[in-house]
Amino acid sequence: MSKPIEHDYIGLSEQQLPSMEKSSDKKDGLHLKDTELRLGLPGSESPEREDHDQNVLSLKSFVSGAKRGFSDALDGGGNWVFSGGSGGGTEGLFSPRRGGKNNGGKDLSGSDSGSVLKDGAAQKPSVVQEKKLQVAATSSHGNGNIAPASKAQVVGWPPIRSFRKNTMAAHPPKNDDGDGNAEAKLGSGCLYVKVSMDGAPYLRKVDLKIYGSYKELSSALEKMFSCFTIGQCGSHGVSSGDGLTESRLVDLLHGSEYVLTYEDKDGDWMLVGDVPWEMFTDSCKRLRIMKSTEAIGLAPRAMEKCKNRT
Amino acid sequence: MQKEMAYSFPDEVLKHVFSFIQSDKDRNAVSLVCKSWYEIERWCRRKVFIGNCYAVSPRMVIRRFPEVRSIELKGKPHFADFNLVPDGWGGYVLQWIAEMAGAYPWLGEIRLKRMVVTDESLELIAKSFKNFKVLVLFSCEGFSTDGLAAIAASCKNLRELDLRESEVDDLSGHWLAQFPETCTSLVSLNISCLGSDEVSFSALERLVDRCPNLRSLQLNRAVTLDKIANILRRAPQLVDFGTGNYAAELQPDVFSNLAGAFSSCKELKSLSGFWDVVPAYLPALYSICPRLTSLNLSYATIQSPDLIKLVSHCPRLQRLLVLDYVEDSGLEELASSCKDLQELRVFPSDPFGVEPNVSLTEQGLVAVSLGCPKLQSVLYFCRRMSNAALVTIAQNCPNLTRFRLCIIEPKTPDYLTLEPLDAGFGAIVEHCKDLRRLSLSGLLTDHVFEYIGTYGKKLEMLSVAFAGDSDLGLHHVLSGCESLRKLEIRDCPFGDKALLANAAKLETMRSLWMSSCAVSFGACKLLGQKMPKLNVEVIDETEPPDSRPESYPVDKLYIYRSVAGPRFDMPPFVWSMDEAVKILH
Repeated sequence: MSKPIEHDYIGLSEQQLPSMEKSSDKKDGLHLKDTELRLGLPGSESPEREDHDQNVLSLKSFVSGAKRGFSDALDGGGNWVFSGGSGGGTEGLFSPRRGGKNNGGKDLSGSDSGSVLKDGAAQKPSVVQEKKLQVAATSSHGNGNIAPASKAQVVGWPPIRSFRKNTMAAHPPKNDDGDGNAEAKLGSGCLYVKVSMDGAPYLRKVDLKIYGSYKELSSALEKMFSCFTIGQCGSHGVSSGDGLTESRLVDLLHGSEYVLTYEDKDGDWMLVGDVPWEMFTDSCKRLRIMKSTEAIGLAPRAMEKCKNRT
Repeated sequence: MQKEMAYSFPDEVLKHVFSFIQSDKDRNAVSLVCKSWYEIERWCRRKVFIGNCYAVSPRMVIRRFPEVRSIELKGKPHFADFNLVPDGWGGYVLQWIAEMAGAYPWLGEIRLKRMVVTDESLELIAKSFKNFKVLVLFSCEGFSTDGLAAIAASCKNLRELDLRESEVDDLSGHWLAQFPETCTSLVSLNISCLGSDEVSFSALERLVDRCPNLRSLQLNRAVTLDKIANILRRAPQLVDFGTGNYAAELQPDVFSNLAGAFSSCKELKSLSGFWDVVPAYLPALYSICPRLTSLNLSYATIQSPDLIKLVSHCPRLQRLLVLDYVEDSGLEELASSCKDLQELRVFPSDPFGVEPNVSLTEQGLVAVSLGCPKLQSVLYFCRRMSNAALVTIAQNCPNLTRFRLCIIEPKTPDYLTLEPLDAGFGAIVEHCKDLRRLSLSGLLTDHVFEYIGTYGKKLEMLSVAFAGDSDLGLHHVLSGCESLRKLEIRDCPFGDKALLANAAKLETMRSLWMSSCAVSFGACKLLGQKMPKLNVEVIDETEPPDSRPESYPVDKLYIYRSVAGPRFDMPPFVWSMDEAVKILH
């Protein structure tokens, strides 16, 4: 093919664009890299970047204690989630610790910004383990505890409108084979619920299906709404690391005088954390982060209701 | 003397002539002929379409067109449909309504797409416009049934209320009862998006009863199959009908009642809805199938054999929306039965499953391309594709105007050759000379963009994901696609060079979206600085982009031309690259 046509343009770039020949030399038709087995998401390796300063820069910002550390450069892991999640992935003050590997005490982020931030390093097998632990730390559109065999979900892909996704998820397709696949299908949809916070100017939406536990949900919500509670958060370094039980949910939010509540199928408002996670996702219609002072009296009702159900 | 006469038509004559010119493009052309035509035209323009609500301010619109009766606004970028635009981004309609309330007392029609509409906005509409006729809220959010109640109660001559795919807060099902008994003017009512309990059925029946001009009615899921017959019998003049739940235990009297009701609708041409279908009730439709031109079964979880049976009864079908349960076999039947088919959309029933759950491949689409020569618009989700199939489709359907292919797994190559799908998409743009809209998927290199830049001269909207190798790809598109208006890109290795080299091009487009690409913050700042007629907005929910080095890529970037300058309703995670705003921030 001939060289690209050049129209009159305002050229603001100082560098020349690479010529057609050079580009085709770089890559032959077959993109071997893309088809090699990796443990990351398809396409999660970044394209080759010309400046390999990224790692250096990321180290610098990490060391300087910037809110966001690109620790993946240290881990050698690529990113897990494509950026684009409307939950952001900042660790800031809220990141749970990852299993052992990383610098004690310092908050690390599994950066979830675009794959282009990382150079094309192949993912190490250890990454998968880390991702499982790290999963709560990623954006609200990160992946839940997914076994490597199942499909990781990329935000906004495939491009299906929320309306359609919610419709199909709420009423899973019937299966004529009737071998119980309906359950599995339900799990693979998504379930967006609105999250409001007292005093915040707008609502957010989260997909409950991508979390596996209250802990993950709570972390994600903290991050999402942290910008509304700046100045009210104390140190949220989770000192005990693993083993957070559901009953400590309130504690995670206690530094900001809010509790997490939800409206269930019957229209009642309950405290989040009292029922098993699956039961919660089945019945939760919407979430509300409300001031602790308003939440008094919710807990006992929730327990009662649970008893009545079982 | 004679030359002067040619230009001295009285204004009234020109006005009368202009009144026959409806299209925006033509009206814009008319307004550029000379100053007096500009003046005359602006006073008699009744309809305004604003494709990006931030491209112009309400005040500017009002100033130029003082006598508007109908307005259409679009807000959020298209990728908001796929949750790529965080909540709170913008697109609020309130300020528009507030300003128009004062300036356009005779405003009769408001059509909004992807905008945030609050109850306050709806209440303001209800209060301000005495002649209000048409409200279309397409994919909007932010309002509840309280706002709808205000509209129903106050708008005495409401003709159209269409809430398609909007998110409505369900507070009470009784808003429908707010339509006064004197309201008999409804022509179109679409409440298909409402949740289960948000509609009072008896109020709906009474409303349908007293509106003899009702042509289009889309019910919501709460309306069960046994109730459909009642509605249809009250409105046999319907042209377009959306069922609610199409499921019930099989009972002969319910079936015959339903079949009878359908057969009494002699004008019915378009059907949709069909949530939870019990296939045994589909034959109730057979009497109207021969007349059907549009069928939306995209929520109907019925299997291929039932779909085939239904479709084979609809020889006049022009538009079919369906789930991939239709399978290749169903599409082959479609190709042989429906020669008038113009639009096909096949949605995935299990998009997140690892293994394909149905036998739908590229073969189905090839069959349709072969059998349906009038095919113009395609949206197709599948799991495999080949260059050969795409070439065949392109050659069979040179009249395609919209082609959107989604191969579910990103970067999937040609399954036969394992090569990129460049040649296939290249054939599409080469053969389909009127192609206006294209969405790419699969494994693609810079080559595909070269084809697009070379052949896609009429292309107006391009969606790209997980494709390309370098800035050259983006450069091909920006420099070659002369008609490009909207470009949306995600997860592609496109960086600063192509963007900066084609900065002027951006002023000829409505908007550019780039997320998870490689555009640096420094480049964004430069663009914002050098191109005052562009609003360059960086979206980053984690932290301010200037807390990192300038060479760092931004998370998301949205660039659009605007005569209104930077907007001031941005949430904390959106940064404008406009110099003035930065100082204020």
